[in-house]
Amino acid sequence: MSELEQLYQELILDHYRSPRNRAPGLRGEDAHVHHSNPLCGDEMDLRVRIRDGRLDGVAFDGEGCSISQASASAMTEAVTGRPVEDVLGLVEEFRRMMHGEDPARDDDLSDALAFRGVARFPVRVKCALLGWMALRDAIETFQRGAGTHAVTHDDGGDDDDR
Amino acid sequence: MLDVAALRREFPTLQHGVGGRRLVYLDAAASAQTPRVVLDAMERYYGAGRSNVHRGVYPLAEAATAGYEGGRAALARFLGADPRGVVLTKNATEACNLVAYGHVRRHLRPGDAILSTVMEHHANMVPFWHAAEANGLELRHVPITEDGRLDLGAARELVADGRVRFAAVTHVSNVLGTINPVAELAALVRAARPDAVVHVDGAQAAPHIPVDLAALDVDSYAVTGHKLCGPTGIGALVARPELLEGMEPFLTGGEMIRDVTLEGATWNDVPHRFEAGTPPIAEAIGLGAAVGFLEDLGMDAVRAHEVELGAVFLSGLRDAPGIEVHGPEDMADRGAAISFTVEGVHPHDIGAVLGDRGVCVRVGHHCCKPLMRELGATATVRASLHVHNDVDDLEPLLEGIAAARAMFARPAVSA
Repeated sequence: MSELEQLYQELILDHYRSPRNRAPGLRGEDAHVHHSNPLCGDEMDLRVRIRDGRLDGVAFDGEGCSISQASASAMTEAVTGRPVEDVLGLVEEFRRMMHGEDPARDDDLSDALAFRGVARFPVRVKCALLGWMALRDAIETFQRGAGTHAVTHDDGGDDDDR
Repeated sequence: MLDVAALRREFPTLQHGVGGRRLVYLDAAASAQTPRVVLDAMERYYGAGRSNVHRGVYPLAEAATAGYEGGRAALARFLGADPRGVVLTKNATEACNLVAYGHVRRHLRPGDAILSTVMEHHANMVPFWHAAEANGLELRHVPITEDGRLDLGAARELVADGRVRFAAVTHVSNVLGTINPVAELAALVRAARPDAVVHVDGAQAAPHIPVDLAALDVDSYAVTGHKLCGPTGIGALVARPELLEGMEPFLTGGEMIRDVTLEGATWNDVPHRFEAGTPPIAEAIGLGAAVGFLEDLGMDAVRAHEVELGAVFLSGLRDAPGIEVHGPEDMADRGAAISFTVEGVHPHDIGAVLGDRGVCVRVGHHCCKPLMRELGATATVRASLHVHNDVDDLEPLLEGIAAARAMFARPAVSA
């Protein structure tokens, strides 16, 4: 199997072909963020619904390569129902994994663990991170008491562009 | 006709396959491969002729100066220009910035307008926007037609009030491949405003079509060495010497001055006025060898080869399922870059699958975001051709696209 085939393993392709929680809207949404990556032309809308301190629902929509779309799909399954502070911790866990570190919360990352190999493809890391960075921003937008926020990832969607 | 099989042996990088497959390089529009004759010329400088230029009086320094100036002269000959008008820069981007800083910012005033087009590379757009902002200038953009050509009727209206004093247009689009009628555009700009300056981005033209600047009658022309089969780190602004005479230096320091006192400095003659500091000597020598390489092939033969091969690629791509090709339909109107999108598959995924198969294409917005918006795409795949490409490069491209389509096919009804 070539490195590329390892990258595009079946689990990732499945999330790409049949995305979970991909929708143009979310009933009872509390925050909506729009993230774009001008380098790739990727666009992502992400909506969250937060109830009693938990991420009650999340939906993403947009346009992008298979890695960005599949990663967002796997993310929604891994984070839904968790307390928001725990979600932010998992976002950090995924981000560290994209920088080549071994994740400590394998089980919690669930299907998102399949994106571990993306760390070997530096130009694709920003694709895999797009949904996760949007999720973190959506939660923080909610915590600030704001409803919407738009972010352009000039440096390729990494963590230090806020 | 070009002997492509023999030519391929001249490019060392093409001898290296990818995972047992032949390297199929379809990205000359991003950066051309370098022939051995260029490497040899640079090796001779570093290995046997190393010295600074324009300073030493010993023979080694004189030889280095002759080599550096020889690169300038070769480029002038290649483009039909006066060597006094050839400013060697880092790349075409720096050449465009030199015009923006040296001419536009110095001479244009509030009330003046700049004409550009929606198909420009960011390098031939942003420096002039920046200058417009600084000097309070109006920006006007020539739109494109459905098939990716400049709308000259609209251009005529845009210049009609005589306020356009500067125009920046690309000779060949790096995305659509369109060959623009720059002589015609220059004429209509000057018909409305006789003293208007017309600047052309020739980065995608000079490597592929015969360019005679005397016949084109434009004021300045930007090229870059690495697309001309030369090294990276060198390009040029090729201008009418009179335009340069009226331009303010952009970088100051050594080499570009005639005299310096503690009270001030007087500038050196053009083009040296614009070449502050130790220049890219090996790169100029390499560039000279590169244009010599292209001249030996003959630019008419290069163009004929690319027209014939481009037609094969265009029809092969158009006939394949799910592919939409952008830009002019006929090779008579276009250069060697072919942009397309594949139904249902993101260009990045196409590029990754092709790359894994040894097929190198460019994916993304190609530094042309305004044009991408015009096309209604966020990104495209671009295959570009040069002298080392042949019909046997088409099949690996089409096979890779088919493989990517099979891999990323989504169910007919998406979520």
